[in-house]
Amino acid sequence: MNDVKSSENLLPVVGFLKIPKDGQPYLEGARCDECEAVYTKPQTHCAQCLSPNSLRPYKLGCTGKLYTYSIVCRSFPGIEVPFISAYVDLDGGGALKGNLIDVEATPDAIRFGMPVNIIFDEALGRKDRKGNSYLSYFFAPA
Amino acid sequence: MNEVYVLGIDMIKFGRYPDKTVPQLGAEAVLLALDDAGLTMRDIESLYCGNAYQANAMVGQRILQEIGQTGIPVINVSNACATGATAFREAWMAVKAGACDIVVAVGVEQMGKGLLGSAGGERGISKEGLLGSGSMPATFAAIGLEHTRSHGTTFEQFAKVAVKNHKHSTMNPKAMYQKETPLEEVMNAEMIAYPNTKMMCSVNVDGAAAAVLVSEKKAKELGMKRVVRIAASALATDPYQLRNPTLPDINSCTRIAAKKAYGMAGITAGDLDLVELHDCFATAELVHYENLGLCKDGDAGRLIDSGETALGGRIPVNVSGGLLSKGHPIGATGIANIYEICTHLRDEAGERQVKNARYGLAHVIGLGTCCGVHILERAN
Repeated sequence: MNDVKSSENLLPVVGFLKIPKDGQPYLEGARCDECEAVYTKPQTHCAQCLSPNSLRPYKLGCTGKLYTYSIVCRSFPGIEVPFISAYVDLDGGGALKGNLIDVEATPDAIRFGMPVNIIFDEALGRKDRKGNSYLSYFFAPA
Repeated sequence: MNEVYVLGIDMIKFGRYPDKTVPQLGAEAVLLALDDAGLTMRDIESLYCGNAYQANAMVGQRILQEIGQTGIPVINVSNACATGATAFREAWMAVKAGACDIVVAVGVEQMGKGLLGSAGGERGISKEGLLGSGSMPATFAAIGLEHTRSHGTTFEQFAKVAVKNHKHSTMNPKAMYQKETPLEEVMNAEMIAYPNTKMMCSVNVDGAAAAVLVSEKKAKELGMKRVVRIAASALATDPYQLRNPTLPDINSCTRIAAKKAYGMAGITAGDLDLVELHDCFATAELVHYENLGLCKDGDAGRLIDSGETALGGRIPVNVSGGLLSKGHPIGATGIANIYEICTHLRDEAGERQVKNARYGLAHVIGLGTCCGVHILERAN
């Protein structure tokens, strides 16, 4: 995990996951200079304060706290269950949804507000139609 | 003041109709509503058609091809699960503005089976089960657990919503399911997305509902006996919020729409006699108790425990059986909820009748996100 070598030749699972040639993968969103709203994607204008030219690229935090979740026991065909669909408030602003891993999929094992790290790893071995492999992000207990 | 009234309204029994087309189902509902109003397609000046899954396929015009191509304007609308309420609101606005005297709003949908939502595989690889879940049961489960986080709401309290609504459904012949489900059965049913078990998820069904809306002038001409006054119509979208749209915010837009609607009707939540709200999942019903002001923030769990939202209680919610038992054909749901309210305000709800009901509120949420709230008032 977090191994730069392993992320070579992997495509980012989402546009805001950046894989630099040299260095660690990271998540990059946008932040408003005026109101400090943080987004996981580029924006035309700021959706909170409506400023037209206030958004700058912003490196998202690599730690956060669990806000809410669901334990998914039935999903679409071909998707392995159970898994924890987690919503995390990122330290430094912004919110992300992702899989919470390394935690037992039972309510007793999951605590609201629990600190998590964002880790990068291969996207569960999933490949696209052209056979490309992907790098994804996950939440793991800090 | 140009008041707007519902003169006729009806819905088909929700169910599975694989041998029928969307326009055929919509046409059935329009004919039922016209019969209820004592009118024909010749009387209709404009038609507002709500449908989500064939939004680019001119469903309103195809309904007219089934029952009468009179050359009137047709407006096709799509707004996720708030589609029907949006069509109804557009129809209301045309009459309110004085542009028309008699219009029809229809909502219709044919649903597939299985989970609503998207596996997110449109580009690259599927994100489902990789970047969390995009399924509706999981999304609304997380919204429920957000309430648990703030107020300690329990799995059992969420499950009680399904017990109540399924019990109500036994009195509604137009519901897809009419079967009581005791608490243990709900809690022990297959877990879909904790804390929503299968019995806490609405049913994907086919359905259609339609309403004839008329101006005050026409209502007086045609007969006021069974009309219902539209006291308020409000639509709101999700305002900026820190976690939205990562976690869809169904709360803020409901609060905005509810506040507008109460203001327009000149009443408060305490004046309501019944509510049909968007219980797409059991978890959703509890958060909307607070969003609609039926109880104080944090008291939704206690409200379901108290039984006050069951038929016979202080403020009955989803006496139709709700989306949980009636089914949720997404384009039709908004008008079907209004149908339920009107049926009570006309004293025609049979054994599930809320006695002496004067005001009722119909609420829907379309994820993505929008909220429609209508308040209806007995006119007689």
